[in-house]
Amino acid sequence: MAQEYAIELKGITKTFGSVVANNNIDLNVRPGEILALLGENGSGKTTLMNMLSGIYKPDRGQIFVDGKEVTIDSPEDSKRLGIGMVHQHFKLVDVFSAADNIWMGREKSGMLLKKERYAEIEEMAKKFGFDIDPKKKVYNMAVSEKQTLEIIKVLYYGAKVIILDEPTAVLTVQEINKLFQILRRMKEEGHSIIIITHKLNEVMEISDRVAILRKGEYITTVNTSQTNEQALTEWMVGHKVDLNIQRAPMYKTRPLLEVRDVTIRSDEGAVAIDNVSFYIRGGEILGVAGIAGCGQKELCEAIAGLRPIEKGEMIHKGENIVGLPPRAILEKGISMSFIPEDRLGMGLAPSMSITDNMILKKYANSRGPFVDRKTGRKDAEQVIRDLGVVTPSTETPVRRLSGGNVQKVLLGREIKAGPNVIITAYPVRGLDINSSYAIYNILNDQKQDGVGILFVGEDLDVMIDLCDKILVLCHGKVMGVVHAHKTTKEELGLMMTGALDLTHKYEDKPAGFARDSRFCTENRKEEA
Amino acid sequence: MELDKLGVVTSFVHNIVVYNIPLLYGTVGEIVVEKSGSLNLGVEGIMAVGAIFGYICGCYANSLGVGIAVAFLAGALCGLLFAALTVSLQANQNITGLTLTTFGLGVYFFVGNGLKAKGWPVMGDYANIKAGFSDLPIPVLSDIPLIGQGLFSHNLLVYLGIFIAFVMWWYLNRTTPGLKLRAVGENPGAADSVGINVKRMKYLHICLGCGIMGIGGYYMGLNMSGSFNSSCWINGYGWIAVALVIFANWNPAFAIIGTFVFGFFNTLRVSGSSLAAAFPGVLGWLAAVPTQLYQALPFLITAIVLVASSVRNKQGSGLPASLGLNYFREER
Repeated sequence: MAQEYAIELKGITKTFGSVVANNNIDLNVRPGEILALLGENGSGKTTLMNMLSGIYKPDRGQIFVDGKEVTIDSPEDSKRLGIGMVHQHFKLVDVFSAADNIWMGREKSGMLLKKERYAEIEEMAKKFGFDIDPKKKVYNMAVSEKQTLEIIKVLYYGAKVIILDEPTAVLTVQEINKLFQILRRMKEEGHSIIIITHKLNEVMEISDRVAILRKGEYITTVNTSQTNEQALTEWMVGHKVDLNIQRAPMYKTRPLLEVRDVTIRSDEGAVAIDNVSFYIRGGEILGVAGIAGCGQKELCEAIAGLRPIEKGEMIHKGENIVGLPPRAILEKGISMSFIPEDRLGMGLAPSMSITDNMILKKYANSRGPFVDRKTGRKDAEQVIRDLGVVTPSTETPVRRLSGGNVQKVLLGREIKAGPNVIITAYPVRGLDINSSYAIYNILNDQKQDGVGILFVGEDLDVMIDLCDKILVLCHGKVMGVVHAHKTTKEELGLMMTGALDLTHKYEDKPAGFARDSRFCTENRKEEA
Repeated sequence: MELDKLGVVTSFVHNIVVYNIPLLYGTVGEIVVEKSGSLNLGVEGIMAVGAIFGYICGCYANSLGVGIAVAFLAGALCGLLFAALTVSLQANQNITGLTLTTFGLGVYFFVGNGLKAKGWPVMGDYANIKAGFSDLPIPVLSDIPLIGQGLFSHNLLVYLGIFIAFVMWWYLNRTTPGLKLRAVGENPGAADSVGINVKRMKYLHICLGCGIMGIGGYYMGLNMSGSFNSSCWINGYGWIAVALVIFANWNPAFAIIGTFVFGFFNTLRVSGSSLAAAFPGVLGWLAAVPTQLYQALPFLITAIVLVASSVRNKQGSGLPASLGLNYFREER
């Protein structure tokens, strides 16, 4: 007889030291359904799922698989019970091929490594409806390929219940659609799927039911068809939240930063940014939309002086900044905060305290051989107060903070320096609703102070609401600059894939060239 | 005179192998340990412990086999200690390894000096050991002129060392347990998540690798004819082995080449003057080279190899990504 629930959790409690990560949580998932697990950062979603995958052991509570009570002491136990988890940070061996990453967990695989394993893995992947190159090394794979490999891996081990931890955080719109197709197909085949996310539109699109956690407590489980985004948000956050971003109208100055005909190469030597021109005025937010890896990173690095440009000009308030060292660019008031996929990779030193990270940017100003910790601590206190960073103290290592707070510290430090141009890439990557809106507010405040902001983003809905103009990149080429209040998601999507080119929309003005440019006329003549 | 010159060359080649095979044991053992993600800097001490117990027990039993087995077990026990401290108790690997060196040398002198006061076993008195450690020429190959005697006429432990190196290469690259071991060394979290028992893999291979080092120590004792004096038999070879691991790019087969490259310079130091005497016209200058230079050369080469391998792209390196990092499943 089929059991009602594939997995049932009863009264699960888990504490880390004095922190209660999960308190008395009940959760169940039926065979052949997609359950969304919704909650803000730090609400205990991942912790709860890690108890199913055998990473953590619950302090109290029961776990039932197909109606039978089980104890899960290790990932091995979890695998044997048919539970597979695709972790947010992929658990893959970079130097291994796709096949070996799967093969290494195979039971009864025999003593010898045979060449036939490649064919076997490929065939099996085909059976599940995936097309992979079994010999491709993981370090050569794009993020979406790695994710696919993880999914194939858990399927290969015979998982009936598949847990995905924020699978869409690093994917493009198209890749998300593909992933959702895969999930729907797996559901039809009778798999149970638990998907952790905090993107409400995705919850509404893919899930059958939604379970909501808040600060380690179980709130409720509802049928997706009987709820809406507003209600979910209120359960998740605990109070009413205004889901609208206010686009503050602003008086705009002459262009602060003008980028003209710039070409930049990537680390591999390929052309990452191809003949790109744009400008940012004070008091406006210019969004940069594009599929991941379309030169966004290279562009940000080049403006900050971290990457040489092959040709072209960058003018800041009429002065050329090409070839200046990063510190000189910084002193001109151009600040960059780039949040990479792993969030801690750039900008902050994870094991150093908030104070130390504040000092990192200013140590050159201190006199004598000693570091000025007093000012650093004062800066840290101010950022913590102004941006509402949740931290035990100013001396807490940054890596111990939750994702949203880390990003607030990074942005806070950049703003502290009083820049006139802010380059920010993916500042809300992986953040929950509350933290994301806090970041949007910070950016809007800066804009109202007359700062020009380059906002490299992922979420088109947000960009349309937040930005004044949006520049669309496709494989390093500009597809056009559109006014955010006049465009649509569909138009942006078409431009991102290169299907729509709006660079020649205005005949009298090339795209990305300001009418009141600060390029000197002599300069222009020389160019011509 | 012509024959004599050939003899000098032959013995030079012979010495390269005979005096440096312990490096191969140390290096291959350390590669196995490091492939599990553990950086063990205690090679010197572990070889010393393997040497002293292997030698004494081998002599008392009058059996080379017993000596090898005891040396392996003594090394493996040191490995067990290292594993208990770093894998189970999460101690810092560098410090544990350094401690193990001090500890191993301490045990070596404690046991050796203690026994010397009561009657030291002299290798010459044990016929089976002496016979077991004498050269066994490989038929046909050893008859090749000039190099035959140098390369293909050695004692049992030389053949065993090269055999172990090839077996370990095969084990790491061509077997499923080897694949799992490499996964543990690269990304223990990934290995754990697919159900590989990370702790067991680490324990097993740390012990295995340290056991192999122990045999290398035993070899050094035998090669010194078991004469116990104020300087340790191992004499810094354990440290060279740690460097050779990098030279060999974590590949046990390359370790053979690395051993002989290092061995070449090592042997030049010892027998450079005899080469100079035999070929005064061509190699006479060798006599003028200070021996300290030969001592420094292997390390110079290591430095060059280190630079070269850092230029080479990361993916081509055999360096296990999690080397030196302890794994704790619940770490956040």
